Amino acid sequence: MKANCWYGKHDVRVETVPDPKILNPRDAIVKITSTAICGSDLHLYNGFVPTMEKGDILGHEFMGEVVEVGSAVKNLQAGDRVVVPFPIACGNCFFCEKKMFSLCENSNPNAPLAEEMWGHSPAGIYGYSHLLGGYAGGQAEYARVPFADVNPIKIPEGLTDEQVLFLSDILPTGYMAAEQCDIEPGDTVAVWGCGPVGQFAIQSAFLLGAERVIAIDRFPNRLRMAEEKLGAVTLNYDEVDVYDALEEMTGDRGPDRCIDAVGMEAHAHGLAGAYDRVKQAAMLETDRPIVLRQAIMCCRNGGTVSVPGVYGGFLDKVPFGAIMNRSLTIKTGQTHVQRYMRPLLERIQKGEIDSTFVITHRMNLADASKGYEMFDNKEDNCVKIVLKP
Amino acid sequence: MDNNFIKEAMEDEERLARGLGWFSIGLGIAGLFMPGRMAKMAGVDDDEHEGTIRFVGLREIACGIGILSQPRPAGWVWARVAGDAMDLALLGAAFTSDKHNRAQVCATTVAIAGITALDLNCAQRLSSKSGSKGGAVHVERSITVNRPPEELYNFWHNFEGLPRFMNHLKSVKQSGDGHSHWIARGPAGTDVEWDAEITEDKPNECIAWRSLEGSDVDNAGVVRFERAPGGRGTVVKVEMDYNPPAGVLGAKIAKLFAQAPEKQVHVDLHRFKQFVETGEIPTTRGQPAGRPSSTSKKFDEPVRRGF
Repeated sequence: MKANCWYGKHDVRVETVPDPKILNPRDAIVKITSTAICGSDLHLYNGFVPTMEKGDILGHEFMGEVVEVGSAVKNLQAGDRVVVPFPIACGNCFFCEKKMFSLCENSNPNAPLAEEMWGHSPAGIYGYSHLLGGYAGGQAEYARVPFADVNPIKIPEGLTDEQVLFLSDILPTGYMAAEQCDIEPGDTVAVWGCGPVGQFAIQSAFLLGAERVIAIDRFPNRLRMAEEKLGAVTLNYDEVDVYDALEEMTGDRGPDRCIDAVGMEAHAHGLAGAYDRVKQAAMLETDRPIVLRQAIMCCRNGGTVSVPGVYGGFLDKVPFGAIMNRSLTIKTGQTHVQRYMRPLLERIQKGEIDSTFVITHRMNLADASKGYEMFDNKEDNCVKIVLKP
Repeated sequence: MDNNFIKEAMEDEERLARGLGWFSIGLGIAGLFMPGRMAKMAGVDDDEHEGTIRFVGLREIACGIGILSQPRPAGWVWARVAGDAMDLALLGAAFTSDKHNRAQVCATTVAIAGITALDLNCAQRLSSKSGSKGGAVHVERSITVNRPPEELYNFWHNFEGLPRFMNHLKSVKQSGDGHSHWIARGPAGTDVEWDAEITEDKPNECIAWRSLEGSDVDNAGVVRFERAPGGRGTVVKVEMDYNPPAGVLGAKIAKLFAQAPEKQVHVDLHRFKQFVETGEIPTTRGQPAGRPSSTSKKFDEPVRRGF
C-alpha cells in the first residue's frame, strides 16, 4: 500500500510499504477513506519530537471502512464505516475505567521509554514517535487498529467523511480544552492559536456558555475565520501587546479562562522569541513555552489555563510563582477522545456542530509531502488539509 | 527475606552518604575562601599551598553536590575516596618538608585517614546494594493490576503459562509434586536450565520458589498478591535473587541476568498486566513501515527486551 513516511526534519514521503495485518485478536484493519494532517504532525515534521525513526508511518486522524477483524472483535464487521480515535485505549485498565483513555496503562508497548522521559507512560498514539508506542499511523491506504472492539466509533449513514473525520482528534481536543475550563456564565475566554484546535476550542467555549471569546493569532485569515464563523473578538499579536490588550478588554482583571492551543513551537517577536529559539536550538530546552507563559500571566486570579497544545519535555522559565500566588488552575492532557466521540457525533447529527469550516485544502495522499510543506509555511491561507488515499 | 531490615540498612548508608556530602561542602567552602586558615590548621605552609587548598576546596564542593543530588551516590562517594587518597599523598609530601609543623601534619593525616576509612566503607556498602554483589543479583519490583488477587494467583500458579509474558523464559514444565523444570534463553543462543521447588504457597496471597541443587543459575523468588485499597485490583510484588555459578559460562550468565534485572522484571510485569487485563500483549511487530524492519531497532526492541 501507499503510506506517508517520516524520514527526518522536513522530509516526509509517500512510499510503498507492506499492507498491515491482524497481529492480535482485538485488532481490525481499516481501509482509509479520509485522513488529515494535524498541527501536532508539524512538531514531528520540524523534528521536535524525540524517538522518531526513519520510515515511521505518520498520521493519527483517520477514518474508513473495516475490511477485516481479529477473532476477539465481535461488535464490528467488514463494511462498517468508522472513525478511529488517535489515542489507543484498552478499555480494561484503571484509567480506561475512569474514562481517561489517553492514559491507558496497556496500549504503549514502549511504556518504559516514556517512563524514562515523563515518569509514567500515557497511552500509545498512532504515528506519533516511539515514546508513544511506535504505532504505524493512518496517512496511508490501510491501518491496523488495535483494541478495535472499544476504540472506533461506527458512523451512521447520511453523514459525509468531512462532517465526522475530525471526531478522531481535533474536534474533541478543542472541546475538551474548553470543557476543562469549567466556564461560568459571564466568562471571557482567551484562546491563543487559531489553527483547527483553536477554532474548535472557540466554538466549544461558546457552546459551553462563554459570554465572550477572544481569539489570538497573527494570520489574518485565521483570525477572520474565528470572527466570521464563530463570533470571536480577535487580537493580532503582530499589531498589539497581548497582555495590555487583554487587560484593557477585561477591565484590568484578565480573561477568566485561557486556552493555549499553540504548544511547543510558539512564535514570538523580539527578545522573548529569540531567547527560546536559541535555547531550543542549543538543546537547552525542548519546547518554546512563549504562549504558555503569556497565558499564565494574562489569566485572571483564580482562573483556569487549559493547555491542549502539545509539549514534549522540559520548559524554561514557566512562571510557577504566578500560578501559586494567584490560585490558577492548570488543566491539560492528551485528549480522552473516546469520552467525547458519541456526544459530539450526536451534536453533529443534530446540526449543532459543523466542523467542516476549518477545511481549506483537499489533496491526494500522494501529495502529502507538498501538503506538509504548505501547512507548515501557512501557504495559501492553509488551515486544514484533508487527504484522500 | 526480611524486607524492612534491608530497607533500614540502605537508609543508614544513604544517611551516612548525605552526612559526608554536607561535610564535603563545608570543608570545600572553608578551603575555597579561607585557604590560609586551612593551611595553618593542617600544619602546612600557607603561602606555598594556597592554590592547592583552593583546588581541594573546589573538589570537595563538587563531591558534596554530587552526593547530595543523587539518590544512591555510590560513584560520588568513590570520588571522595579518591580525593582522600590525594590528600594523604599531599600530606605525605608535607612530611618531607622542613617548613611544616610535623605534629599538626601528623594529626591532619590521622584525621584524613579516619575519614578515608569512613568514605571507603560507605562507598563499598552503597555499591554492594546497587544491583549485584559478587555476581548475585537481587531484584524487587511491583505493579498494580486491575483484577482480583484470586485470578492473578491462579494465573501465576500455572508456571507453564509464564513464558507467555516473560521474555527470557522458553518453557516451564510442572511435574505435579511442587517441582518444575525451567528453560530460559542463555547467552549466545544457549539454554539455561534449572529445577525448582515451591517453598511457600498461600492461596491468593503468595507463591515462593527456589531452584534445586545442580542448577545453571541458583535462584529463588517470591510473588505476592496484595489487594489494592478502594477496589483498585491487586498490587503484584515480585522479589527475586539470582546467583550464577563461577566460571566463564557463569560470568556470561551473570552478565545476562545483571544487565538491567530490575528493568527486565518491570517489562515482564507490564506484559503480565497487559495480558491479564486485555487478553493480549500490545505489539507493533509485524506492522508496516517505510524501512526494512517493522519495528525500530533503536527504540522498540531494546525497551521491550528490558534494555
